[in-house]
Amino acid sequence: MGHPILNLVAQRVALGCLLLLMASVLIFIGTQILPGDIAQSILGQSATPEAVANLRKDLGLNDPAYVRYFTWLSGVLQGDLGVALSNGKPIAQAVGQRLSNTLFLAGWAALISVPLAVLLGLLAVQYKNRWPDKLISGVTLTTISLPEFFLGYLLIYFISVQLRWFPSVAIINDSMSLGQKLNTIALPVAVLVLVVLAQMMRMTRAAILNVMQSAYIETAELKGITPFNVIRKHAFPNAIAPIINVIMLNLAYLVVGVVIVEVVFAYPGMGQYLVDHVSKRDVPVVQACALIFASVYISLNIVADIVSIVANPRLRHPK
Amino acid sequence: MSQELNYLAKLAVEGKLGRRAFLGKAAALGASTAVATSLLSGTALAAGPKKGGHLKAGLAGGESTNSLDPATFLTQVPADFGRMWGDTLVEVSRIGEIEYRLAESIEPSADAKTWHFTIRKGVKFHNGKTLTADDVLKTMERHSGDDTKSGALGIMRGIESMKADGDVFSVTLTTANADLPYLMSDYHLIIQPNGGMDAPDAGIGTGPYKVTVNEPGVRHVGERYEDYWDAGNRGHADTVEIVVLNDATARTAALQGGQVHMINRVEPKIADLLERVPGVSVKSVSGRGHYVFLMHCNTAPFDNNDLRLALKYAIDREEMVDKILRGYGSVGNDMPINGGYPLFSEDIPQRTYDPEKASYHYKKSGHSGPITLQTAATAFSGAVDAAQLFQQSAAKCGITLDVKREPDDGYWTEVWNKQPFSASYWGGSRPVQDQMYSTAYKSDADWNDTRFFRPDFDKLLLAARAELDQAKRVGLYREMGLMVHNEGGVIVPMFNDFINAVSDTVGGWEDDPSGESMNGFALAKTWLA
Amino acid sequence: MNFKRIPISAFVGIFATSGFLFIALFAPIIAPYGMAEIVGDVWEPMSGKFWLGTDNIGRDLLTRMMYGARTTIFIAGVATILSFGLGSVLGFTAAVKGGWVDMVMSRAVDLLMSIPTLIFALVVLSVLPGNLLTLIVVMGILDSTRVYRLSRAVAVDINVMDYVEAARLRGEGLRWIIFKEILPNALSPLVAELGLRFIFMILFLSSLSFLGLGIQPPEADWGSMVKANKDGINFGIPAALIPGFAIAILAISVNLVADWVLNRTSDLKGGRG
Repeated sequence: MGHPILNLVAQRVALGCLLLLMASVLIFIGTQILPGDIAQSILGQSATPEAVANLRKDLGLNDPAYVRYFTWLSGVLQGDLGVALSNGKPIAQAVGQRLSNTLFLAGWAALISVPLAVLLGLLAVQYKNRWPDKLISGVTLTTISLPEFFLGYLLIYFISVQLRWFPSVAIINDSMSLGQKLNTIALPVAVLVLVVLAQMMRMTRAAILNVMQSAYIETAELKGITPFNVIRKHAFPNAIAPIINVIMLNLAYLVVGVVIVEVVFAYPGMGQYLVDHVSKRDVPVVQACALIFASVYISLNIVADIVSIVANPRLRHPK
Repeated sequence: MSQELNYLAKLAVEGKLGRRAFLGKAAALGASTAVATSLLSGTALAAGPKKGGHLKAGLAGGESTNSLDPATFLTQVPADFGRMWGDTLVEVSRIGEIEYRLAESIEPSADAKTWHFTIRKGVKFHNGKTLTADDVLKTMERHSGDDTKSGALGIMRGIESMKADGDVFSVTLTTANADLPYLMSDYHLIIQPNGGMDAPDAGIGTGPYKVTVNEPGVRHVGERYEDYWDAGNRGHADTVEIVVLNDATARTAALQGGQVHMINRVEPKIADLLERVPGVSVKSVSGRGHYVFLMHCNTAPFDNNDLRLALKYAIDREEMVDKILRGYGSVGNDMPINGGYPLFSEDIPQRTYDPEKASYHYKKSGHSGPITLQTAATAFSGAVDAAQLFQQSAAKCGITLDVKREPDDGYWTEVWNKQPFSASYWGGSRPVQDQMYSTAYKSDADWNDTRFFRPDFDKLLLAARAELDQAKRVGLYREMGLMVHNEGGVIVPMFNDFINAVSDTVGGWEDDPSGESMNGFALAKTWLA
Repeated sequence: MNFKRIPISAFVGIFATSGFLFIALFAPIIAPYGMAEIVGDVWEPMSGKFWLGTDNIGRDLLTRMMYGARTTIFIAGVATILSFGLGSVLGFTAAVKGGWVDMVMSRAVDLLMSIPTLIFALVVLSVLPGNLLTLIVVMGILDSTRVYRLSRAVAVDINVMDYVEAARLRGEGLRWIIFKEILPNALSPLVAELGLRFIFMILFLSSLSFLGLGIQPPEADWGSMVKANKDGINFGIPAALIPGFAIAILAISVNLVADWVLNRTSDLKGGRG
């Protein structure tokens, strides 16, 4: 291995894989200690004891836990996520559809919110303590302070029920054109953007302001460089580590944390799918979903780490 | 009461009873004029059905774990969708009578132990196969075998043998049951080709709509089946769609925003508000569904009947109907039966909130200290609020209730039917008293969720089941009702109405006391006007 | 401290925050009715008798709001303190120590974070006994992972600064480096984050109430009050809007104070040159 950065990157990726393996153990244990009986939950309130006993036997719930873990893990490594207990269908297919829906929603929300947040953050620094800064801070703070479902209902009430601009039911399917899909998901995207915008914008602002206090910025200012160029060329690259961190956290949130938005807009994403299966104790599905979430999260983190390393000159050239 | 009202409404519509006379009688039965009028207009069908269009419902009660296999039906959406693509042998009509569907006629033996169902001729499944008595036999076998996972297993018990002979499907019971045809209306018992033995979740039935899209927990779409045997009465829209909307506020908004034509489970709190929205009307119907607080009769401190009575007197039923149901319902009387059932005795005295009697029985029970009541939002709509009302009214009687809200997740497996004092509900899908009592009050019932172990009660139940003299049956059921009322572990504060909201563009809506959304038939029977 | 130098916005923030604290502390004394007392009809409009109207089962909304302030601020506050204490100390330690300590802690945190928080909370809270302490500890620990990542990221940058190097060469201990060198210089991004984390705690609490894992009724936090009254939103009933806006106002005032502290600390650093 040549450059120390390459070493670091390789190290992070390897660690990521190890982490994923550990996460799989944690997920497996977690699903085992969930209270409640799977067979009973599948059949629900009106199940008879015989029906429950019959189902338990069918599902192979009587094997020891470690045997089931290794069976599951080897299946996953071969790309087989198993079969849902509740309806006997292969999980990969159902999850694939849900995952692509989730990524579609998260993707558009990220596409709008990340550039907007950084831009607003830069603007806020530029106009520090003047009215644009205060307005941006005030508005983003308000939107982030409202519970998601509350924001969702407000938008539904005003935009969908009163004005009828966009639908409140955000169910997309494959027969829709891209334009139709975007129209359908307009409201959930709006809620997600409002929810994640503030934190990213505030971190951008704080991190840049922090760097702006440094001696080299003063030097740059004394050299007569315009304020905007000072921010762009000198402050921003040095403030990038915490900003990237917060952006990654929020991207991960867009993928794994949108259950409530999905419920409010009836969006067919992963979160809703996972919650339904948690309440049915459909362990293979819960494991598969949690594992997918974990890998999304871990890969985003690797990206954040690598960007931080690459962006920070002091880390790039360790003494 | 509701059954009688519905019957009267039907008479009025058919011109056998004057409108004024009807309203008068309705008032005597305790129905407000508004309720009676809406009943009347619901019964009177406007112009005839109109074909065509895309009819859409936003329904609560669907999960991504749902399957098209009728044996697994449990929640509203798959059951309602089953009504689209399948048929049962019989249905229970709006006035509680047997309506023949895939069975053309039913013939019992004199002792009510053997029943013969003649199967309708010329009915075709969606895959082109013709319906035979053998398909019926296979279906029933699939739901009653020893290794079945069917939700209908409970009602299929007590069958000794079944056979198919030509057009006739016959059932022989171990003990006589005068109500057997009612049991065959169960929504799980959709007749499938070869009983669904080959492909249980294929969604192939004889119903008015063919399954075109099945995305569990998201949406279900059906397309009109052109060869439907009862095309004059069902399957008016070209396509029907169920959108799963489990969140109450989202459901209301979808109806208000014109994205769906009907919704179910309207929160009683907002029913009046929704009624005021132009273009939308609220359809409520009283039924047999009820909300309960369950005490285990064999677990301390609830093994003491005085404590049970104290708690029964310490609950304010009127306030619950008022605050939780907002008037969309009626008070319960600590027994699972109301006027929605045939053979009900109206003369059983109503128990009311009585702090004096409550504290008298409480002192007599010798119990002291707080009593924990477990509840969850999923127990019934407004269960957490109802528990808090109970807490308040009991406090005035000197009884301390600790309300413990449990997570929805796992409530039905960890709390209900396990913990000694919890909130729950019973849907109104059991059309006869025998079925209700056998399901939850017989000593060996699977869901004896009040641990009511009374051999004398069981004996009465079996006697009533085999009794063909209706007057004698009324007497037996009265006695059983009183036993549960006075000594049972169930507190029934209220019977809830089923509340739907429907856009004015929908024609053909008829309230059905057996269940919400016209007992699940709304999409099959209504049309876009 | 020179009071004349406090900007108006900070005054507003301090005033509003202390107002909320006052209400929270003295709720039982100033509330017009009992917390769980049912005094009127469902969703009565605002009137002289009920200043904010009544809630979804006919309790006085103003009273509920006052008691709600109590639970909301207390739980979110304690959980935030726990999360910050734990997260920042561990984060700094990891950054300063580096090597395998950093590695092990960071990966452990990654592991915890890689499981969706709500699902994690769902599992943990259904297994552990459901009381206030468990709730706060679970919220604090789950949230501290976020603080850990941020403080570590900030501290790593500071750790390579010359003055930290100098302190290390002077032979200062771990504690000195963390509290005297890193902490003052990492304060501004952390304080900016503190205000946000507090809001997130309030929102997290309401999500938990959404799943039925939050506070036991009849106690309620503002988030669960929004949820309990949400059905009225489509009909313009304000009972859900009021707690919603209360959360927003509390959040804004706390953050106005945080902003002021942020400016003050960066001014100080500016002075250091």
